[in-house]
Amino acid sequence: MNNFELDFSGVDWTMIMEASADTLLMLGFSVFFTFIFGLPLGILLFLSGKSENVVLRAINTVVSFIVNILRSVPFIILMVALIPIVREVFGTAIGVRGTIPPLVIAAAPFFARLVETSLREVDRGVIEAAQAMGANTWQIIYKVLLPEARAGLIAGTTITAVTLVSYTAMSGMIGGGGLGDLAIRYGYHRYELTIMIVAIVVLVILVQLLQWIGDALVRRYTRK
Amino acid sequence: MPNLIDQGSSATGKAGNRSLIRIQHLSKRYPSQGKGAEGMLALDHIDLHIAKGEIYGIIGHSGAGKSTLLRSMNLLERPTSGTVIVDEVELTTLSTAALQKQRSKIGMIFQHFNLLSSATVYDNIAFPLELVGTPKQTIKAKVDQLLDLVGLEDHRNKYPAQLSGGQKQRVGIARALANDPKVLLCDEATSALDPQTTNSILDLLLKINKEFGITIALITHEMHVIQRICDRVAVIHGGRIVEEGNVVDVFLKPQHAVTREFIMEESQSDEVQPWSAFKTQAGEGSQVVKINYLGDVTYEPVLHHVLNTAGLSYAILQGTISKMKDTPYGQLVIRLDGDAEKLKGALSALQERGLEVEVIA
Repeated sequence: MNNFELDFSGVDWTMIMEASADTLLMLGFSVFFTFIFGLPLGILLFLSGKSENVVLRAINTVVSFIVNILRSVPFIILMVALIPIVREVFGTAIGVRGTIPPLVIAAAPFFARLVETSLREVDRGVIEAAQAMGANTWQIIYKVLLPEARAGLIAGTTITAVTLVSYTAMSGMIGGGGLGDLAIRYGYHRYELTIMIVAIVVLVILVQLLQWIGDALVRRYTRK
Repeated sequence: MPNLIDQGSSATGKAGNRSLIRIQHLSKRYPSQGKGAEGMLALDHIDLHIAKGEIYGIIGHSGAGKSTLLRSMNLLERPTSGTVIVDEVELTTLSTAALQKQRSKIGMIFQHFNLLSSATVYDNIAFPLELVGTPKQTIKAKVDQLLDLVGLEDHRNKYPAQLSGGQKQRVGIARALANDPKVLLCDEATSALDPQTTNSILDLLLKINKEFGITIALITHEMHVIQRICDRVAVIHGGRIVEEGNVVDVFLKPQHAVTREFIMEESQSDEVQPWSAFKTQAGEGSQVVKINYLGDVTYEPVLHHVLNTAGLSYAILQGTISKMKDTPYGQLVIRLDGDAEKLKGALSALQERGLEVEVIA
């Protein structure tokens, strides 16, 4: 048999399905927690960044510094560095369970910056109008900032989700499970090209799907 | 939270003509970027009283401080020193929460409308009501009523991006009125609109002032706006009020150079010449006279009667007959021909009939 001819008949589709399910699970949880932690962090960065209050300025400097550190460490290194901590706190550092914490720790600061950027796009005049009407900070956040930035926040979530797809694949390097794990174990270590190609095709479809949904939602909520 | 809100009702009725907005010794200095420098003094010890129910205009060039002054009336801009009292409540001493509550009773509209782009017309007008926790049914009734007032019933489900500039400002006005404010602050509310739309918005403001007795404070750089709806006007220049008074007085007898400039701009300076330009028209047996009309006398044939009786002939050199809000006024420059005695008699006869006469040459 020619080395360059591919034979997909030997592919274990159950294994592919299970790996895909693992990837979706990791993606779903990590996107969810990234959103939960990243959104308030982004709002905090935005509000403290334009404040004249000394305490808030200090908070902004510290949070901004931590966010920058987490963002400048490559994910693959961050993941390895976090292994002992993750094992201590969550019981395991491998598999779907062990992978979600490093995914969230890496993606939340990234998402927070995207949130901050979309909040900056909100017309200052509209915020001022709300202040003039007597709105307090909470009301400005959930009645003005978040609805006005909705399209931008959805776009940011989409970008983060797509980035998380590639992160989940990387986590295969440390036994994270999912399609990336499959591609590395079979495609890289055992040189089973077919499995790797199938894994990549599934990942491509997943990313396309995410982008398509995200774009549709952004169109739906754009009012400019 | 201290119950400062109700002070208004207990402290009312001291004077007949009470001020709704009182600004005392207000100064605002913007810090400079470099250390040690003085910074920029935007407002320089401003004293201002706005009476209940009047439309008060503040006119000035950009950078004169008018925007800072207006925005200090609801403390969007915090003054460096001085006090701001609105409806007997001293805003400058309030806690954040008390200030927020007080602000809901001060409506504001903006040059660029500042509507929520993600909310419909209905939701934009409902917004201030939601902020203070109004029940849904009450909100609906109130918004319907406001939509009717500003004439936007058919646009209730549209988004701001689907509206024209004038319609957006109408939404802004409806939103500002939602909490039944006593004061409406207008921050260059018509500056982004074309002349026709400007007039329709000004008429709406006038209607609101008359029907609901809402006090209006507005800033503008157009004398036209002042002339059309304001009762009193302040001219601001370099952070100081350089002239203040009833619109008719300020308009007909401007004292400060900046005021004269605004009036000249309004009357298209290339067509109207200053009075002094007509001095050369005077000669042997003729005088150049400036006549100011004010009120109903404007539309009466006073000039004709008096000069006919005196047996004088005259030529009109330049003139304006118009209205300031509800007050008709006229300004004429005429040349009178005849003998000196008759001229003198005619001028005092004109004065007796209520005209203001000034001999230029």
